[in-house]
Amino acid sequence: MDNDTHPIRLRETDPPAVRFSQVSKHYGDLTVLDSLDLDIAANEIVSIIGPSGSGKTTVLRVLMTLEPIDDGVIYLYGQPLTHMERGGILVQSSDAHLRKMRSDIGMVFQHFNLFPHMTVIENCMEAPVQALGLSKDEARERSMDLLTMVGIADKAGQHPSRLSGGQQQRVAIARALAMRPKVMLFDEVTSALDPEVIGEVLNVIRQLAGEHDLTMIIVTHQMGFAREISDRVCFFYEGRIAEQGPPDQLIGNPQNERTRMFLSAVLDAD
Amino acid sequence: MFDWKWDFTFEILPRLLLATTNTLLAAGIGYTIALVVGLAFALGQRTSITLLTVAVRECVEFIRSTPLVLQIFFVFYVGPQVGVTLAPWTAGMIAIGLHYASYLSEVYRAGLDSVPKGQWEACKALNLSMGRSYFRIIIPQALPPAIPGMGNYLVGIFKDTPMLSVIGVAELLHTANAVGSETYRFLEPYTLVGILFLAISLPAAFGLRRFETWARRALGVD
Ligand SMILES: Nc1ncnc2c1ncn2[C@@H]1O[C@H](COP(=O)(O)OP(=O)(O)OP(=O)(O)O)[C@@H](O)[C@H]1O
Ligand SMILES: [Mg+2]
Repeated sequence: MDNDTHPIRLRETDPPAVRFSQVSKHYGDLTVLDSLDLDIAANEIVSIIGPSGSGKTTVLRVLMTLEPIDDGVIYLYGQPLTHMERGGILVQSSDAHLRKMRSDIGMVFQHFNLFPHMTVIENCMEAPVQALGLSKDEARERSMDLLTMVGIADKAGQHPSRLSGGQQQRVAIARALAMRPKVMLFDEVTSALDPEVIGEVLNVIRQLAGEHDLTMIIVTHQMGFAREISDRVCFFYEGRIAEQGPPDQLIGNPQNERTRMFLSAVLDAD
Repeated sequence: MFDWKWDFTFEILPRLLLATTNTLLAAGIGYTIALVVGLAFALGQRTSITLLTVAVRECVEFIRSTPLVLQIFFVFYVGPQVGVTLAPWTAGMIAIGLHYASYLSEVYRAGLDSVPKGQWEACKALNLSMGRSYFRIIIPQALPPAIPGMGNYLVGIFKDTPMLSVIGVAELLHTANAVGSETYRFLEPYTLVGILFLAISLPAAFGLRRFETWARRALGVD
């Protein structure tokens, strides 16, 4: 073996953080994702917009491995996520493979999904202790730092039901971050909130975006926010990307007729 | 009218009180078995293994549609014919434990179904294992709505313990029967049995209601 003297190899470029390759998903006769191709670079911030039922939530759910896909492959940093390699071919992921892979992904839900029987700090500590094996002290320290970051450290000992929606959602963000994911998914995280608390949640996401070490995929109906925060905006229509591009172009000067119709409808509503 | 004899009453009271401890013991052991096996029945019906799910559901259905007393006879008398000889206590605890496990599994199932789907999704997104998701997240939330049903079956199993007398478990009714056949007096022993059951059931029901309120609060679900 002449490891030291091997010939110059072509350097591979870094694989994308997330790659959807010809991914399809059906519910019965309904095609929700239709041979979707989508690459997201590491540390890229991508917003997904589109009409109701176009498959936005489904993209996040299959990436989080909450739902299986019917066709295609999803890759995470070049490694198959929905599949694994066995003797040179790709086979369905085992549970063990899924658990290993999805530890790099965190998700924040529209309805928070906090654990109601645990306090705020317990919500944040649960997975670091139970899934990562951190000691309670380490997990508590990590959680308190994150709760401080999202501005809610003073509520650490409360149960979620005592908090406002905006506060609950900030806890949910801290809880997801406590797992130190590389990719964060946000599914309409402000849709269930009262207008006056939307800003405080968006500010937390802005702050995360400013730190530049997370890949973020944000499903949102808030065009202003998408335009301001994203590196790229994807417009979904019937399970495909109908148009994508830098935010100023896609939201400011869309080329596709459907994008234009959608934007004029949502911008009128605002 | 009634020929009630106080001295006889006080004479048999200690014996019946002793038997009451057996009744409580039987109810306690039977209920413990039912709590654990019932949870296994409930979780067994929620696996992705279709064969297991169907087998457990059929088993639960079968137990729920046949009388307890038959099940007690079956375990005790049919067991030896297939090579399983059990003492009356063992046979009785197995029969009554499995019987109530079937009922409790339905209570658990309803409780588990009442936990919102989003809780499972949060568990998965946080990479919690199946076991930890159940025992730390889902079951603690499934319990409070299940507590009233669980309490009813605790009182139920207590009131069903006299059925164990058919295979000779020395609980209250069995002891009262024995007193009756020794002395030819039935009024006092059976009346005492009734009073003893009442004296335990009523406070138990009250205590359970208090416990329910407390548990809901302790689990933070109210
Ligand atoms: N579990 C399911 N069973 C059947 N159909 C489903 C299921 N989940 C989603 N769908 C359907 O799939 C389609 C896409 O759903 P998805 O939630 O991805 O849409 P969306 O773009 O997020 O819409 P919205 O803006 O309303 O949130 C919808 O028509 C929806 O009704
Ligand atoms: Mg959606």
